[in-house]
Amino acid sequence: MAAKASVADDVLHVVRPNKVTPRRFALGRSLVWGTFLLMVAAAGIQALNEQGIIGFGFESWRPVLYAYVLWAASIGYSRVLVYGENGKRSLFVLPAVMFIVAIVFFPLLFGLYVSFTDWNLSAFEGRRFNGLDNFQQMMGDPYYWNALTNMVYYVLAISVEYVIAFGIALLLNSEIRARKFFRVAFLLPLMLSPVAVSWMIGKSMLEYRFGPAARFARWLGWDSPAFFSSPEIARLMIMIMDSWTYIPFMMLMLLAGLQSLPREITEAARVDGAGPWKSFWEIIFPIMLPVSITAILIRIIFKLKLADIIITVTSGGPGGATDSITSFIFREYRDRSNVGYGTLLAFVYLVIIVIFLTILIRAVNRWLDRPA
Amino acid sequence: MQGVATRRMHDRSRVDQGMRLTRRIVAKAAIYVVLIFWACVCLFPIYWTFTTSFKSAVDVTQGHLIPWLDFVPNWKGWRSLGLSPDTIFEISTARAEFMKRFANSAVCAVSASSLALILGSMAAYGLSRFNYRFGFMRNPDISFFFLSQLILPPVVLALPILVLYKELILLDTRVGIIFLYTLMVLPIVIWIMRDQFNSVPIELEEAALVDGLSIWGSFFQIVLPIVVPGLVASFILSLILCWNEYFFAALLTSTHANTLPVMVASQTGSQGINWWTMAALSGASILPLLFVGIFLERYIVKGMAAGAVK
Repeated sequence: MAAKASVADDVLHVVRPNKVTPRRFALGRSLVWGTFLLMVAAAGIQALNEQGIIGFGFESWRPVLYAYVLWAASIGYSRVLVYGENGKRSLFVLPAVMFIVAIVFFPLLFGLYVSFTDWNLSAFEGRRFNGLDNFQQMMGDPYYWNALTNMVYYVLAISVEYVIAFGIALLLNSEIRARKFFRVAFLLPLMLSPVAVSWMIGKSMLEYRFGPAARFARWLGWDSPAFFSSPEIARLMIMIMDSWTYIPFMMLMLLAGLQSLPREITEAARVDGAGPWKSFWEIIFPIMLPVSITAILIRIIFKLKLADIIITVTSGGPGGATDSITSFIFREYRDRSNVGYGTLLAFVYLVIIVIFLTILIRAVNRWLDRPA
Repeated sequence: MQGVATRRMHDRSRVDQGMRLTRRIVAKAAIYVVLIFWACVCLFPIYWTFTTSFKSAVDVTQGHLIPWLDFVPNWKGWRSLGLSPDTIFEISTARAEFMKRFANSAVCAVSASSLALILGSMAAYGLSRFNYRFGFMRNPDISFFFLSQLILPPVVLALPILVLYKELILLDTRVGIIFLYTLMVLPIVIWIMRDQFNSVPIELEEAALVDGLSIWGSFFQIVLPIVVPGLVASFILSLILCWNEYFFAALLTSTHANTLPVMVASQTGSQGINWWTMAALSGASILPLLFVGIFLERYIVKGMAAGAVK
């Protein structure tokens, strides 16, 4: 990792005497390589030990982790040794980078390998490379494609959430009393954990005998309210519970956008004699478009991770009608210990959403006519 | 004739004014009706949970809603958790279990948020002040590298992490959970803090550097005190996310490092669990965050606004 801090075009200029002797330079370099080799050696010994090729080694892979930390620290130290004062600036970013590399990069590489094996934790043999078998199994797995279709529905539900959130944000932004109370009240659902929500709403309020929602439905004339037995209604209920927690999030972002609008703009519209409806569509909505898109994008990213409520309320039922990808893979692992296959499904999902989000962000940027 | 016409016009404008007034009142009333309705939608489940924790079986099955009017509240639900006034000083395994999970949640959430705050604010400061070149990566690439972690679905990491943790003996430990939670909130911290640092004028640090502070000295002594509100905002947001996380905790913990959501979820799975117990358990697990939401609301709003308004 050859890092150079370019001095010339920093926002914050630092002028320092900068003497780096050849000895310091050599020391810095050898420190990095030395600890790197130490890590590789530790990993090698442990790998050979696990394979049973050599008879000694560590009890676990923990020492390799320590070696990694040592390596990361010596990279940081050697930057100061090699580049002097200028090297210190890279110390700001290095810890975060090394942390993410450790906890994302290695698992991803390892996962990529696992996804091409037939590894099942409950099977005795351990993992065996099986090429594209998992992939073929995925192509013929109706439940996976069903879960993907559900994700499309769930993501589409964001449009309704957006309309509600925008409406409430507009109301909160108008001249009302007790705004603070309403803001706190509207924020509270966001504080609650999806698991608590799924008990509070999914398991108790929507309970078909005693739940207040069922009672209300009976009062409205729906004789036997069952919220989780037909696929469409079950999916709708999941959407409602998820929206209930996340509408405040969109609402607050939109409210922040509305409050940062200069007052002159809305005043000018009123002087021009535009009605509230017209002034909204012609002035406020276009100005709010960038904020709206940011809010919707973040919401989509969160929605793509949707799982907790589904796992705890319906566990995918009835017949997989409410499954999201995450909850499906969760069960694939929990119930069947199918690590290899589950990991492949997760990686395919990752590829799909990266492509989807890239296209989406490109399209949005082109549409708004702003540089990426 | 003219007089009549003007009077008539006058009348009409008065009628107009009256209409406009009534219309304004109606509009105002409609706004309040909608707001109050939505407040009920937001608050009713919370109200329901807390009242249910004071109900007995009859009150649940008959759908009583208002305490003292409809039903006589009792401590049944809280007693089964060992948290009611008469059991709070006695030894109770249920309470010990609950407190253990509670402590796990608190320790994990606080340490992960702190760690993310330290790593994230340093990285954000570096990115807003210096130009880096790590191989082919420039500042925008590094920023994207951090923020793209937000897109990564937890399920992709879950299984590899599970196996790696097993090899590293980090499975079912708080440390393992803390690392993952830090990773989860790090992009959010970086996002908020980069925005904060960009709004700090550079002249301040230049003056500090002229006065002989190092870049690290000026970071800690000059810049950090200015962005304390941003730090608090991102810390609270991280805290909420970590406290509520379920997916990783469910996969990676079994007996020692279980967090509260895992405990709540495992109770809902089993049949025959009492409503009042569940209500008390859910209520106790959301209570800390309700306080956070009520008293620190402006920081949360601030943190969320940071991303929205540039």
